[in-house]
Amino acid sequence: MTTKAQAVMDWIDARFPLTSTYKAHLSEYYAPKNFNFWYFFGSLALLVLVLQIVTGIFLVMHYKPDASLNASGVPVAFASVEYIMRDVPGGWIIRYLHSTGASAFFVVVYLHMFRGILYGSYRKPRELIWIFGTLIFLALMAEAFMGYLLPWGQMSFWGAQVIVNLFSAIPVIGPDLSVVIRGDFVVSDATLNRFFSFHVIAVPLVLIGLVAAHIVALHEVGSNNPDGVEIKKKKGPDGHPLDGIPFHPYYTVKDIVGVVGFLIVFSFIVFFAPEGGGYFLEYNNFIPADPLKTPPHIAPVWYFTPFYSLLRAMVWPLFGLDAKFWGVVAMGGGVVIIAFLPWLDRSPAKSIRYRGPIFKTLLTIFIIGFAILGFLGTKPPSYAFFGVIPGAPVAQLFSLYYFLFFLTMPVWSKIDKCKPVPDRVTG
Amino acid sequence: MSVDQKMDGSRRQLLLVTSAAGGVAVAAAAVPFVASLTPSERAKAAGAPVEVDISKLAPGQMMTVEWRGKPVWIINRTKEMLDSLKKTEGEVSDPNSEKPMQPEYAKNEGRSIKPEILVAVGICTHLGCSPSDKFKTGAESGVSNDWPGGFLCPCHGSTFDMAGRVYKNKPAPDNLEIPPHKYVADTKILIGEDGKA
Repeated sequence: MTTKAQAVMDWIDARFPLTSTYKAHLSEYYAPKNFNFWYFFGSLALLVLVLQIVTGIFLVMHYKPDASLNASGVPVAFASVEYIMRDVPGGWIIRYLHSTGASAFFVVVYLHMFRGILYGSYRKPRELIWIFGTLIFLALMAEAFMGYLLPWGQMSFWGAQVIVNLFSAIPVIGPDLSVVIRGDFVVSDATLNRFFSFHVIAVPLVLIGLVAAHIVALHEVGSNNPDGVEIKKKKGPDGHPLDGIPFHPYYTVKDIVGVVGFLIVFSFIVFFAPEGGGYFLEYNNFIPADPLKTPPHIAPVWYFTPFYSLLRAMVWPLFGLDAKFWGVVAMGGGVVIIAFLPWLDRSPAKSIRYRGPIFKTLLTIFIIGFAILGFLGTKPPSYAFFGVIPGAPVAQLFSLYYFLFFLTMPVWSKIDKCKPVPDRVTG
Repeated sequence: MSVDQKMDGSRRQLLLVTSAAGGVAVAAAAVPFVASLTPSERAKAAGAPVEVDISKLAPGQMMTVEWRGKPVWIINRTKEMLDSLKKTEGEVSDPNSEKPMQPEYAKNEGRSIKPEILVAVGICTHLGCSPSDKFKTGAESGVSNDWPGGFLCPCHGSTFDMAGRVYKNKPAPDNLEIPPHKYVADTKILIGEDGKA
């Protein structure tokens, strides 16, 4: 650096920790040298977050959260989305980036979570990173759900009607709670406006705060790696981990490769299949909301369907409470139980590379089961595979497995035959 | 402050009192924000009772009115429809309307004030879809060959009889809601207000 530039840096550093922050989080943040493909998805999630915020800012300039009917009898909110798509220059691509971005967000986040399970990234000392991550996932679900109401189509309206009605299943306070959530006795203009407020201000603020906490906690303890060994245990004479390399430039360059690969796939979808075959944007949502007419089949967007299946699996009343209430408990519990992984897993090895056959088998069934739950969640409950195998009992079976996988983990993770874990990463 | 230094009790007390007072102030300040989430006066006004004239409702006919943004059905049941309730008694999950889905005065076999006039909220108690009327009986209804007439929810397949009672082993947990209503004249119903008043 020239002396002049150095003088400017010195001036700033005396007043703001610029150089030291840059060093702590980038140029001297030592990450394990053996990151693989699975480690792309954290930085990609950050990229999609930025994409959603930027496209969202521009969408708000043209969108109107108003359920009243315009002169041609179409709800103003619905018409303003069509206006963005047809009349605003560049509006269509900004809107498709945002709607496809929502699905992309869940794709990268699900893969990011799967990476954590593969390599035991939630284990001590990374429990708080994992809890912040689960909270991010919850906030993301709230964000996506409320955003989905804004186009004010049939699926927006009836989806919100169904989900808000879930809260009314809570004993005693439920019915009043759902009225407070809606701000009315039915989903209405009041609901649309508050969801808009939450979607563009409140939840994004929470989300950004949680992401910051997630990263700060990560950089405090250091990243896990595909071998699940602590690189901080073996340090060189310079005090840096022997198996660590500075995040910048090594991983910034690697992540750029991931970004390019991601953008190729993402752009393809935005340009050629923005509706994702009815999975990213549901066809019923191109019809304006009609409070007196229910569409024949209501299904949530694909990223909610595994949890929607958990909800529908509960059809028996228990302990004097409705099946509907237990469905809500199953759905909420399905998300919350993920946060307890650090304490449920008692395996001596963190990474799947050194874990035994029990873990590998049960995890494979878990992933297949989760995918089947997701698939069945997009179908009506009367669906049958090939027209013969009824879907509902299959969903109930895998819902049971979903919870048993977690609840019995303390037992089987302990008795599983693990291979010896090496002292250092294996490259 | 070193550990062995004696704590200043009065200062600590002041600290606790001011913190408590501050907490009360914060809680009080939250009141208008929480209150703003509840239905506005305009929304409540839209939830005001609706008066309906049923003098032109012929037997076997159904009309839909909007109350609190929800569809409310009024059905003038024929004798055959009322007779069908005897047959469905064994097939519905709550034949005697034990669950509080209706006002006291509608806790009877027809779930109504006048036996033939059924007033019900047309919203499925499962997840809020609006069922469709299937008054034709038997195979003609498209529901089943021995269908006695009633309602079918298109979302998750719940079925209800001519008194809005839900059939057993269906996703909907409860009978259709009977809204508070009263007769202000022989053929005038006020929906949204109790009869006793």
